[in-house]
Parts: sequence; C-alpha cells; structure tokens
Amino acid sequence: MTVVSSHRDPERLTLAITSEFAAPPARVWQVWEDAQQLSRWWGPPTWPATFTRHDFAVDGRSHYYMTGPEGEHAYGAWKVTDLAPPHRLVFTDAFADADGEFLDDPAPMRIEVSIEDGGPGSRMTVTTHFSSLEHLQQVADMGMEEGMTLALGQIDGLLAEPASV
Amino acid sequence: MYNLMVVDYDVATDRIFGALADVTRRDILTRTARAPESVSGLARHYAMSFAAVQKHVAVLERATLVTKERRGREQLVRADRETLHRAAELLQAYEQLWEQRVDAIADILSEEGTPS
Repeated sequence: MTVVSSHRDPERLTLAITSEFAAPPARVWQVWEDAQQLSRWWGPPTWPATFTRHDFAVDGRSHYYMTGPEGEHAYGAWKVTDLAPPHRLVFTDAFADADGEFLDDPAPMRIEVSIEDGGPGSRMTVTTHFSSLEHLQQVADMGMEEGMTLALGQIDGLLAEPASV
Repeated sequence: MYNLMVVDYDVATDRIFGALADVTRRDILTRTARAPESVSGLARHYAMSFAAVQKHVAVLERATLVTKERRGREQLVRADRETLHRAAELLQAYEQLWEQRVDAIADILSEEGTPS
C-alpha cells in the first residue's frame, strides 16, 4: 500500500493523507504540474477528469471537467495560492461553471500538498481543509462525497470513544 | 474531486447532516454514545428548557442517530451504533478516493520512458 497514514481532524474539518513513492520529489511534482498526467489521476475511476486549462503558478487558474458514467460533465476549478517546486503547493478547489468560474456555494476547499525526500524516494502529504460545518452540509446536499465524509468525521470521533452497548 | 462516486445520497443522509449541524445535538450524541441517559438527565447539562432538549432529541431520533426506549417513567436515549457505523463507512469511502488517486500516481511514476 502506497498510503502510509491518514489523519482526520473533525475539530478543524481536515483530512491529511501521507503516501510514499519510489521517485524523487522532482518527479512526483510533475504529476501535479503536467496537465496530461494530472488528468490521469485526479478524477475517481468512475468520473475521469480532463484538465482544459492548467496555469500552474501563483494566482494561476486550472479548469477541468469530469465525465460521468452517462457521459455527463461536472466542472471544477482550482486557484493556486502558493507554489514552491518541487516541495509545496497550496490551492483552492471548487465546483465551477462551464467557463471555469467558481460557483458561489459552497465555498472552495483548500488543499495543501507537501512533497519531501523520504521513504523509497518521496513522501507526499495532502491536507484538505473545509471552511465550516455549514459548508459541509451544502457540499453534502450537492452529493459530494467529500462533504459527507468530513461532516461524518465527527461521528468517527464518537466511535473512537468507549461504547456502552 | 467532487465526487459523484457511488454513495447513496438520500433523505436519511440529509437528516444526519441536519442533526449534526447543532452543537447541543452533537453533545447529546457524544453523551449517549458513552451511556444511555434519560431526557431529564440530559436536560440538566444544558441551560435550556426540558422542552428544548426534548426537541433536540426528537431531531436526532428522526435522523436515526439515537433511539428512545421507555424504562419505568423515563425515556432512555441512546446513540444508534448502526447509523454511526454507516457514517464511519462513508468517511472511509473518502479515504478510498485518495487511495485510488495515490495508486494512479504510483502507476504513472512506474512507467518507463516518463520524463523525470
């Protein structure tokens, strides 16, 4: 398994996932930097993503769509807020219209990526931050799995407590 | 990342989120996951009326996050472990999405002739 650890923090509405790769950070960076490679892994298997714009620089925008099982499209967009190749990337990610403009609701999520030397080559940590529980509610209403799961992180905390049943 | 992945999203899920959106209800859930408690016992923990606490419990009950059972003159409230487990499963599904992404990245990295 390439994923070495994951951490859910329901208080801060974050999820961090750390994985290791047998390649140096400069190579791992390319799977984020190169739109063609990015398109091969960003979408879930049932909703493959296609990046139509990828301005990989601070304040740069990326546009993509994902194609569903019935051929339908769901649009998304990124805005890069911090970037230091090949180690650090911070961007916001949200639903968008067909022109790549962020929709107002829900607020974008912030994703931080760090890629360091480690393990068999690189160790990458991706941390997703949501803005509020209300945001999660909205996201859930839109059928986004992420929203659901993060709101449910609270429940996961409960499960960790001793049960009386 | 917006996943339209195969998780059944339904009214029940909607109710779970609504129920969790309130701090008192989350606290009630935490307490009753530890041990069942009567509505009047719960009411002592909060600076609000018995009726208000009763309403919160009713919201949790509709979301199937708690169940009530009569014991003598009291109604005991307990967290529904089954709903909690279903929720935990959805959370795991999100992690699986990232596991799939990471596996796809590893595949790309293992290809020969990829520029490095």
